[in-house]
Amino acid sequence: MPDTTRVSLSDVKQVTLPSPLPLDCGEELETVRIAYETWGDLNEDKSNAILVCHALTGDQFAGSPNVVTGRPAWWPRMIGPGKPIDTNRFHVIATNVLGGCMGTTGPASPGPDGKPWGTRFPVITIGDMVRAQRAFVEALGIDSLFSVMGGSMGGMQALEWAVQAPEQVFTAVPIATAARHSAQNIAFYEVGRQAIMADQDWCDGHYLAEGRRPGRGLAIARMAAHITYVSESALKRKFDRGLQDRDRASFSFDADFQVESYLRYQGHSFVDRFDANSYLYVTRAMDYFDMAARHDGRLADAFKGTPVRFCLFSFTSDWHYPPQASREITRALAAAGAEVSYLEIESDKGHDAFLLEEPVYEDALAGFLSANADLRGI
Amino acid sequence: MNEARQIRADHLAIATRVPQGVRVLDVGCGNGDLLALLKSEKGVNARGLELSPEEAGVALARGLSVIQGDADSDLEVFPDNGFDVAILSKAIQQMRRPVFVLQELARIAPEMIVSFRNFGLWQRRFSLVTSGRMPGHRDWHHEGALHPSTARDMIDLTSALGLETVAMAPMRGDHVGAFRRTGLSRLNWGADEVILHLRRS
Repeated sequence: MPDTTRVSLSDVKQVTLPSPLPLDCGEELETVRIAYETWGDLNEDKSNAILVCHALTGDQFAGSPNVVTGRPAWWPRMIGPGKPIDTNRFHVIATNVLGGCMGTTGPASPGPDGKPWGTRFPVITIGDMVRAQRAFVEALGIDSLFSVMGGSMGGMQALEWAVQAPEQVFTAVPIATAARHSAQNIAFYEVGRQAIMADQDWCDGHYLAEGRRPGRGLAIARMAAHITYVSESALKRKFDRGLQDRDRASFSFDADFQVESYLRYQGHSFVDRFDANSYLYVTRAMDYFDMAARHDGRLADAFKGTPVRFCLFSFTSDWHYPPQASREITRALAAAGAEVSYLEIESDKGHDAFLLEEPVYEDALAGFLSANADLRGI
Repeated sequence: MNEARQIRADHLAIATRVPQGVRVLDVGCGNGDLLALLKSEKGVNARGLELSPEEAGVALARGLSVIQGDADSDLEVFPDNGFDVAILSKAIQQMRRPVFVLQELARIAPEMIVSFRNFGLWQRRFSLVTSGRMPGHRDWHHEGALHPSTARDMIDLTSALGLETVAMAPMRGDHVGAFRRTGLSRLNWGADEVILHLRRS
């Protein structure tokens, strides 16, 4: 996208929630603005809305380029006319999550005193994000969603929606996700948070007020996390031990290896588009996510009697949220008597496979949505 | 999906054994042909388990609930008595652990319908004698029946597992014979394939 089409962050589409938002931590957010984007028309009886939920570093620009950063849409393979999430048939909505940094209220937004919240922003949960989305969808005048879907953290939101508001969700599609963060997940994100907080420019979380940005810390956080998004075989296929623009090792700490250069690029390009405090808050929300804990450790109880029709996907080489985590959810849903489908897609692309070309997965999702839309009379 | 599909004779025969409106699990449901039939003809609550993601994807696109997985290891996702009828069509001899799979089916549902190839068919018996090769099984080292069995072998096993034979029917190509409670010897001699209706006793 040429720069001329870009708008400033304050000009993205936003809705201010009509009432304060109560949070799991016990506090309340007085003013919450939700940034969003939509594709396709809402039908007359408002029954064809699909909410697409983004992952940790995603945003509301799922189906069209980000008008702020100029980056391409993050799910262009799925959303569009004739695509699996067919905008000729569905009204697709995506929001930026609570705590995010693409226009929705988060730690970079002005607090009650007009200065950026910074780390004074209350710690939020996936449940809070979904509560905010529910208030937002209600504000749009939509009573129920045909589907809630998303990969990774987006999948957690889809699960949370199905549990919080089962009567308002016809289908839920949690992709490459988990019903709880594992110790390994928490561990990796803790490395990222520590990297950010160790950066001198973080200024105890008040870097915006100081006019600084903890770019080095945030870049390292992104590098560490990015390793978990790709499979070992994908790294080997792409880079193996290949050297970057040189014939031999330099016997220094330069980026000799292609994989180092790739990771450094991933880190550096990330800091321009993401807020470090948002990274702290959103990863923390994921760490706290544990659906079974709210039901005495019995995940099936979370879904008891649910009318929601589920379709889960996982990818064999995903070691961030491995197939086992999706199978656990599937088992709980089957035990709860829910209508559940589950596909484990053979892929060597790791966690990121949910964003990439995987024909079996795309066809299956298209089939699931279209069959259920028929059922729903859309 | 509205394209006309040829309904298989064994599916029609299996459908006669399934009561109206019950919960059915089809293990190895493929593209969902049988489940779709049971859903439209018997109004059942249909679920499937299928190993191939491609086939499971096709079933999904027909509006069926399908879990992609391996009967040898993934039946554990289904709760005890989660279903009224469990169906295992033409797959038991391909399982690595047929005993375990039958036990799992019996855990999941009180009634089971199991179809399989009968190696007791007289032509197969003679074929082994005359040719000295495994009958109907030229690629014995490839995939296919890991556990070839006769109808009598199968009923010995299911009885030992505490499963009562409600009825059995012979099948050859597109022709399925009547379900009968007795007549194992004739069936074991003359049936190309067999459909067993079992019940937990």
